[in-house]
Amino acid sequence: MKPQKRQSSGISKCFHRIFQSIFPDPLIPKSEQERKRYLLKNLILHFRPATVPEKTLKFSLTWGLGGMAASLIILQFGTGLLLKFVYKPIPVAAYTSIQVLQNEVMFGQLIRNIHHWCANFLVLIVFLHMLRVFFTGAFHPPRQFNWIVGLGLFGLVLTANFTGYLLPYDQLAYWAVTVSTGVLEYIPGIGVLLQEMVRGGSDIGPATLSIFFAIHTAMVPFGLIILMSFHFWRTRKAGGLVIPRAPQEEIKEKPIRVPTLPNLLVREIVTAIVLLAFILVFAMVFNAPLESKANPGLSPNPTKAPWYFSGIQEMLMHFHPFFSLFIIPILMMIALLCLPYIDYESNTSGVWFGSFKGRKMALVAAITATIATPAGILADEYMIDLAAWMQGVPPSISNGLIPFMIILVGIIGFYVLIKRKYSATNNEAIQTLFVLFLVSFIILTVTGVWFRGIGMKFVLPF
Amino acid sequence: MPEKQENLQNSTNTSRRSFFNKLWIFLGFVAFAEFISVVGAFLLPRKRRIKTSNFGPIIEAGPVEKFPLDSVTAFIRGKFYLSRLEDGGFLALSRKCTHLGCTIPWISKEKNFACPCHSSAFDIRGEVISPPAPRALDIYHVFIENNIIKVDTGKKIKRTEFRSGQVTYPKKKNDRITG
Ligand code: HEM
Ligand code: FES
Repeated sequence: MKPQKRQSSGISKCFHRIFQSIFPDPLIPKSEQERKRYLLKNLILHFRPATVPEKTLKFSLTWGLGGMAASLIILQFGTGLLLKFVYKPIPVAAYTSIQVLQNEVMFGQLIRNIHHWCANFLVLIVFLHMLRVFFTGAFHPPRQFNWIVGLGLFGLVLTANFTGYLLPYDQLAYWAVTVSTGVLEYIPGIGVLLQEMVRGGSDIGPATLSIFFAIHTAMVPFGLIILMSFHFWRTRKAGGLVIPRAPQEEIKEKPIRVPTLPNLLVREIVTAIVLLAFILVFAMVFNAPLESKANPGLSPNPTKAPWYFSGIQEMLMHFHPFFSLFIIPILMMIALLCLPYIDYESNTSGVWFGSFKGRKMALVAAITATIATPAGILADEYMIDLAAWMQGVPPSISNGLIPFMIILVGIIGFYVLIKRKYSATNNEAIQTLFVLFLVSFIILTVTGVWFRGIGMKFVLPF
Repeated sequence: MPEKQENLQNSTNTSRRSFFNKLWIFLGFVAFAEFISVVGAFLLPRKRRIKTSNFGPIIEAGPVEKFPLDSVTAFIRGKFYLSRLEDGGFLALSRKCTHLGCTIPWISKEKNFACPCHSSAFDIRGEVISPPAPRALDIYHVFIENNIIKVDTGKKIKRTEFRSGQVTYPKKKNDRITG
């Protein structure tokens, strides 16, 4: 008995020493003081600030959206790494490897479902996060550049989704990527070269798949890690998030701060766990789609772009490609990039919709867009045919420049009118324009997803 | 104080130093440009090296008589359609819609190509009958040797509209056109 006892205590001492070397501090901090030190000494937690302004903990400031995006990205890394063990990135094997994954690998279908649905939710959540940042004025100094970093992240999330779309190599994937990259041809000058670069040739094929796979599994994750670290670091350097306040309230110089642990951390973990639970249930109930194997000789009817490009696809139905695919998206991108650098009359950071007037104007813009956009779509679908009315005029003018100018004049008119009517600041006026574009874009997207049927004809979804 | 010392240095020394500073910055830019161009060249689309003959992959479609007037035959391997017009001429049409690149089926009942993706339509000559397609279907060079139709699928010819010069006719006038 005796020697055995000594031996076991020797082993446990050894374990204790090893454990101590990995976790030199108590695992569960007991006092306030210990908690603060704990945060600094833990590898993962020391990226977080020791304290955060108390008011920024309010859920209705962030809706937990940024944290949800980060959680989803971590989940994508995890499930993606697993998928890589089974997936084969060559056209003759890709589709079969997905079938093997679903039918023969334990939990293969579940892992694929999680990866698929998370990717789609991520687009939505990052978009909502961008909206909350915009509408709380969090892009004003000192957070201007973080808005740009955020746009970079959004670009990466879209790239990840789009490149991932091709990987199953089914009919849906093949043709959605064909039409989406077909768009590049309309960029003047470099379009054809750019298209060949993206496709690795003139058609979608083995080269395309290996390029997309490289972007999807190496470039994007790498970029996300770099930009996310930068994003969080800038948030921290700005002294935390914008502090929510009522329209008349002044910005407080020295807000009350509370320790991150437990206040912020517990909230983040709870949000992440609830989200995870939701995703798991969702992935158990709904399978990720998989159609028949890609067949370059047969385009399905209808062939649609992925839903997040649906708004652009819908524009394509109404404008000449040079405008719908090139001019308008480029202008929108430039507008988003310039947004934080406009010379604003006031700094509205922390105030939802800037002011009471801002709220009212945003509502007017939302209603205008909700009426004007469907009216425009329907009129163009059934009544207007500019190309036929202007025989002899090239379609880039009759179907491009002319409707573009008409809409531009309409938007400028709306801007001038509403700015004068409400004698608004430029903060309010620009926010109003933003809402106008936002709601129009959402309506275009919804139309493209649910109101386009066989032959891309207009249909009712029910 | 190092800064003060620097100010006291004679002017030739400072100007030499600033020259070297500029040189370093310049060299830095050159090195950067080199990296960028290496990456750019790496990613540029490659020229296809596989060339079986001077003409590229030639596909033999068959003897002239095999194709009735006013008909369209699909060639899956070559990814094209061989159209025989009413006047006996041949056209090899790419099966790729000029709008965004979907594959177009030939609808023999309606005598047109109808794109399933955004409903463009083309006639037997590849001419656009209904938009959004902006231009006529691409064509391949067709030539006839010993009464055999051959199509050079190596090079796609882009065109905006149909012109009679694009059609290839069988050489012998007494060919069984009445077929
Ligand atoms: C992968 C995508 C993204 C991730 C993971 C992410 C993550 C986060 C997180 C965790 C925060 C802390 C506050 C919060 O939860 O709302 C934050 C704040 C912020 N984000 Fe993002 N974000 C992403 C994309 C974007 C985009 C698309 C934009 C805008 C173009 C943006 C702009 C900002 C700004 C300006 C802040 C500071 C907000 C404030 O101080 O109140 N981010 N982000
Ligand atoms: S790809 Fe044929 S109509 Fe759009």
